[in-house]
Amino acid sequence: MKYQPVIGLEVHVQLLTDTKIFCGCSTMFGAEPNSQTCPVCLGLPGALPVLNKKVVEFAIKAGLSTNCSITPRSIFARKNYFYPDLPKGYQISQFEDPICQHGWLDIKVNEQDLKRIGITRIHMEEDAGKLVHGELSGRADDSGVDLNRACTPLLEVVSEPDLRSSDEAVVYLKQLHQIVTWLGICDGNMEEGSFRCDANVSVMPVGSSTLGTRAEIKNVNSFKFVKQAIEYEIQRQIDLIEDGGTVVQETRLFDPNSGTTRSMRSKEEAHDYRYFPDPDLVPLVISDQWIERSRQELPELPEQRQHRFMTELGLPLYDAEVLTASRALADYFEAGVAAHGNAKLIGNWIMGEITRALNDSGTSIEACPVAPGQLAELLKLIDNGTISGKIAKTVFDEMWRSGKAAQAIVEEQGLVQVSDSSAIETIIDEIMAANAGQVEEYRGGKEKVFGFFVGQVMKASKGKANPSVVNELLLNKLKG
Amino acid sequence: MKMTTADVEYVARLARLELTPGEKELFAGQMGAILGYVEKLKGLNTDGIMPTSHAVPMENAFREDVIRPSIGLEKALANAPEREGSFFAVPKVIE
Repeated sequence: MKYQPVIGLEVHVQLLTDTKIFCGCSTMFGAEPNSQTCPVCLGLPGALPVLNKKVVEFAIKAGLSTNCSITPRSIFARKNYFYPDLPKGYQISQFEDPICQHGWLDIKVNEQDLKRIGITRIHMEEDAGKLVHGELSGRADDSGVDLNRACTPLLEVVSEPDLRSSDEAVVYLKQLHQIVTWLGICDGNMEEGSFRCDANVSVMPVGSSTLGTRAEIKNVNSFKFVKQAIEYEIQRQIDLIEDGGTVVQETRLFDPNSGTTRSMRSKEEAHDYRYFPDPDLVPLVISDQWIERSRQELPELPEQRQHRFMTELGLPLYDAEVLTASRALADYFEAGVAAHGNAKLIGNWIMGEITRALNDSGTSIEACPVAPGQLAELLKLIDNGTISGKIAKTVFDEMWRSGKAAQAIVEEQGLVQVSDSSAIETIIDEIMAANAGQVEEYRGGKEKVFGFFVGQVMKASKGKANPSVVNELLLNKLKG
Repeated sequence: MKMTTADVEYVARLARLELTPGEKELFAGQMGAILGYVEKLKGLNTDGIMPTSHAVPMENAFREDVIRPSIGLEKALANAPEREGSFFAVPKVIE
């Protein structure tokens, strides 16, 4: 029998606020355990949570950018369960009336086609603390609790079960990741857990309209693992059904080392969270004016910007996609275009030399040592014939190292292109004299030798000879 | 409304409460009476009335995103039944 996988994703997006969602403790990553805590996030009796306004603003932006409607009146709820990383015995979350509902993302399933993936809801909630195992000296049988992360603001973005393959899941996830980092509401660091994903996976016979029983896979913290975990889980369920078994609804943990998922027995207990409205937090009312103001503040989103790069600047789809990979990259590109004008050329340099240099040095575009205006100055030197495209790459490397302007480097190192025909003719004469054999070969009809002469002339001129002048003079001279 | 001792046991387990058989009987009766009262309220016509999530008519209490000093590690761990270094120590929970 053929099976159809059905996948829905729950994505936790850690928000880039300075403080926690319900108290003024810092959210800085990497501090000494439990040093960023107070009575609110420690869950001490009598402490009262107060909502961080920025969290609401970020949530509205996320909602508007994913085509959600913003709920005019939403409330917070307590989700009750016991776990050592949850000091209050409940997590403050949203249950009924989450802040954003009924959105969607159109994902690219191939070159031409878009597929609409529903977003059921986006709600605000607090994170739990962090548990460490096997790190306490002399206490192999104990776990450690660090509550620095407790009360860190999260958005949970819940998709409809509209995804039909691991590839679609990854595309959706990447698109969502791009949006939240583009908005500047999340740093997107998956290794540190700023953007993490649980996958609900089930399978049903092809043609069926009844969804199978799903398993929820936790702990998938990279795009690669999402694909791996979903594929493993799909196959596990199919094998189980083929062998006459039944899938049970359960939480499973992905193990990146083995690429498998396994049941989390401790979380098998009935998921009866007994949600109820949190009396400590008053209802959140969002006016139309507030929504409108947020809409005005939204940056041009990746899709819109791609479209504009194609229609206004004439870029091909591929270039437009690459150059909108991040907002900073797109900004860099546009600043370059403003300073130079040739969008295609600027784009090629960013996708070529700049990207290579960034990757080689592990630098982000935000910290690129060559500013867009400096890149434009370099390209102008090619445009006006001062240097060749090849020399420009040498100059670029020097700009990267020293931070100097292109013009200064060209002058200092005497890299100005030689277009003067008499100087080039002298070089050509010398090379022809030294390679009489090859000259004969060329004249005997072996035209491939032409490339050899070009190479020799460029080498003798230290790359400074104007290539088109070299070609023209060589052709004439070799003809004899 | 009738509450059984099994209902009480279920709720008690979720709340990690250990109850004696006598307490289970006692609470089954008391909780049944409370739920019976709520059952009675269901008879009222509440069409067009917004569900009450909060007793106080207040909305939008915010704080700005400004860091305030934390209380410090020692105070944070002062009530810990067990600690190890900067951590609260708890019986091993590992998946």
